[in-house]
Amino acid sequence: TPQQDSPRGIWPVFRIMDENGYFRDATTTDLSKEQQDDAILTKTTDDATDLDTLRRHLMQHAQPHLQEYLQSSTLLQQAPHEYPDVQSKSTLLRVFIQMSRLREMDEKFQNAQRQGRISFYMTCTGEEAIHLGAASALSREDTVLAQYREAGILMWRGFTLEQFANQCFSNDADLGKGRQMPVHYGSRALNYHTISSPLGTQLPQAVGVAYHSKLSSHPTVTACFFGDGCASTTDFHSALNFAATLQVPVLFICRNNGYAISTPVSEQYAGDGIVSRAPGYGMAGIRVDGNDVFAMHAAVAACKKYALEHSAPVLMECMTFRQGHHSTSDDSTRYRPPSSNSPGDPLERLQAFLRNYNVVDDSWMATVRDDEKMKVLRAMEQAEHRASPPLEEMFQDVYHEIPPHLQRQEEELHQHIAKYPDQYKQKNKTH
Amino acid sequence: MSLAWTRRAVLSAAKRRTKTLPHTTFSASFTTSRHHDAMMMSTTVTTNMNLFTAINNAMTTAMDTDDSAIVFGEDVAFGGVFRCSNGLKDKFGPSRVFNTPLSENGIAGFAIGYASMGGTAIGEIQFADYIFPAMDQIVNEMAKFRYRSGNQWNAGGVTLRAPCGAVGHGGHYHSQSPEAYLAHTPGLVVVMPRGPKAAKGLLLSSIRSKDPVIFLEPKALYRAAVEEVPTGDYEIPLFQAEILKPGNDVTVLGWGGQLQVLQSACQLAHDQYGIDCELIDLQTILPWDVETVQQSVEKTGKLVVSHEAPITCGFGAEVVATIQERCFLSLEAPIQRVCGYDTPFPLVFEKYYVPDELKNLEAIRHVVEYGG
Repeated sequence: TPQQDSPRGIWPVFRIMDENGYFRDATTTDLSKEQQDDAILTKTTDDATDLDTLRRHLMQHAQPHLQEYLQSSTLLQQAPHEYPDVQSKSTLLRVFIQMSRLREMDEKFQNAQRQGRISFYMTCTGEEAIHLGAASALSREDTVLAQYREAGILMWRGFTLEQFANQCFSNDADLGKGRQMPVHYGSRALNYHTISSPLGTQLPQAVGVAYHSKLSSHPTVTACFFGDGCASTTDFHSALNFAATLQVPVLFICRNNGYAISTPVSEQYAGDGIVSRAPGYGMAGIRVDGNDVFAMHAAVAACKKYALEHSAPVLMECMTFRQGHHSTSDDSTRYRPPSSNSPGDPLERLQAFLRNYNVVDDSWMATVRDDEKMKVLRAMEQAEHRASPPLEEMFQDVYHEIPPHLQRQEEELHQHIAKYPDQYKQKNKTH
Repeated sequence: MSLAWTRRAVLSAAKRRTKTLPHTTFSASFTTSRHHDAMMMSTTVTTNMNLFTAINNAMTTAMDTDDSAIVFGEDVAFGGVFRCSNGLKDKFGPSRVFNTPLSENGIAGFAIGYASMGGTAIGEIQFADYIFPAMDQIVNEMAKFRYRSGNQWNAGGVTLRAPCGAVGHGGHYHSQSPEAYLAHTPGLVVVMPRGPKAAKGLLLSSIRSKDPVIFLEPKALYRAAVEEVPTGDYEIPLFQAEILKPGNDVTVLGWGGQLQVLQSACQLAHDQYGIDCELIDLQTILPWDVETVQQSVEKTGKLVVSHEAPITCGFGAEVVATIQERCFLSLEAPIQRVCGYDTPFPLVFEKYYVPDELKNLEAIRHVVEYGG
């Protein structure tokens, strides 16, 4: 397997696509000019999405240890049906389009917060390959428990821009009924647990989810996402110990993006990252280049297979970089140089790959970017004009059935509002 | 059928320092409450059970009737440190009854995850004194799971059981009653039974409830309380207090093991001063049955609330605040709280610390004699 010392430790990093968008073994000497030219696929058909041709070409030129991966990767296969949001069967191109969509959504929603149109936002900029590489390797039946910087997973499963916007604008179409801050998404239909702010609480819960799956007749894998800072919490420790001891099929997927708000990883742990803890708990671990969507996809697919076959947990540490601020309440220029960019932005690397292998051209990619920008703006506009959820939603769902004391409190509130109607107007623009 | 507690047994249990508490017949002397009437038909088969046997029986029944029900926690596999899970692993197998590593936050989080997928998770916290590492999961996750998801997800399948309360020799960390911390959490249900029969019915309701329940079991009663308990499947409704003995002079309110003490106090008040107490068991601490207590105080005009937990910000404070607001004009005396002192639960001073029957008797006299 390809090895390259991690900049943050000695545990090797699994990588497939190099930073310039080529498939090659990074430990060998660089390809000669002839080899590079040879690596460029000459378009033989008009269909820029012909993944079969691409895959055969990659297999011709890739190192032996990648052959099996390339043959079986769903990323390089046409899907059985068209993806509705892109009207294409090309999984790879859907990944690219959604990366672009997510990038645009982050930029526009963050701007909306700066303009005071939403109260809060968190971007995922720089971590899109983790989301989409992982989500495309999982199936929708695999329950996902995330932290807060994993919107791309929800997007892959079919959460629309309107749904993202509705939650951020806290309107009456928000599935969460406006009760939580922006980016606290959740979807039962898409098997994505609703996000909560406390860090790490989702890890032991993921073990419980995985245990339930283990006892069922059709086990699925449970995928639990979290960051490098979260890996310091007590819940992380308890969860990994439980998962290994109880032998449940769960993937603990850590996005090591270098920072927990202002705290760099050098102040977060002294060991070799997060993955080095795996053998301590008695579980398998892998460190992956999180900005290489092919490596992410391959690793998650392999780990899922392993977890289900052995009914065992796996700890995956995905190396990436948090390009944006922690949130709109953070100004990262206060603790690191402005516009810090790690080499290997996942979107740029994928663009380079698509360009290098002549899958699509720059103008196509630019069109995608523009299209997605317009879709984001339209979604925001419709969300902004919707009304707030009805006031009764403050008192519902605290319990399965509203208890008498909450009914009393709701009545008191209504009586109070009736005395001061002008001071308590809700955002309620009706069409 | 109804209940009474032997005064001698209560006092001797408190005095003992040994681990073995005397077996006490939890026999009847008060009239039946309205809840028990319906189910205590002459054809009901009952048998003598102590508290841990009743809990065990409830869990067996729950697991018999729900294939997804699992029991887990520290040391539950061999039967549990209080024998509540005796025999469950043999009956239902190791995948449904199993030990977890030593981590309360892990137990609580695991329970939530399992329940979120539709399973019934019966977790055990070995002592309520050790529930605090789990508070983040309980308060921030379990209690808010349904609300924050817009009712897409819920943790209603969770029941966390924990032994609580004074036991004669428990000291700081084997005697606590943490209901007040838990009751301050919207979305949680907190239940504490007073004895074996109530425990079985309340535990079955709790396990089957669509809300997450913290079920606190007075450990001093595990072996000491014995009564006739129906062998069949029955539930006692949550969110309802129970009037154990109707009366006209003063309302006396408590929960859990304290009902034994209060019953003795009421008996003393009757025998020595002719005071006719109305004794109420709150049963569900959150959400609590304001209606029943309010109606009682409107009738009697006087209230004594008693709990082992420290008095400041104990759950008695919530009862007092609500009742004084709702029954102000009916009250003939200030409401009395007879509680533990504001100290950590002391070992050698336990006899002085606990709100015993004599302190409660004094409080009852005080309100009855108030104002001359």
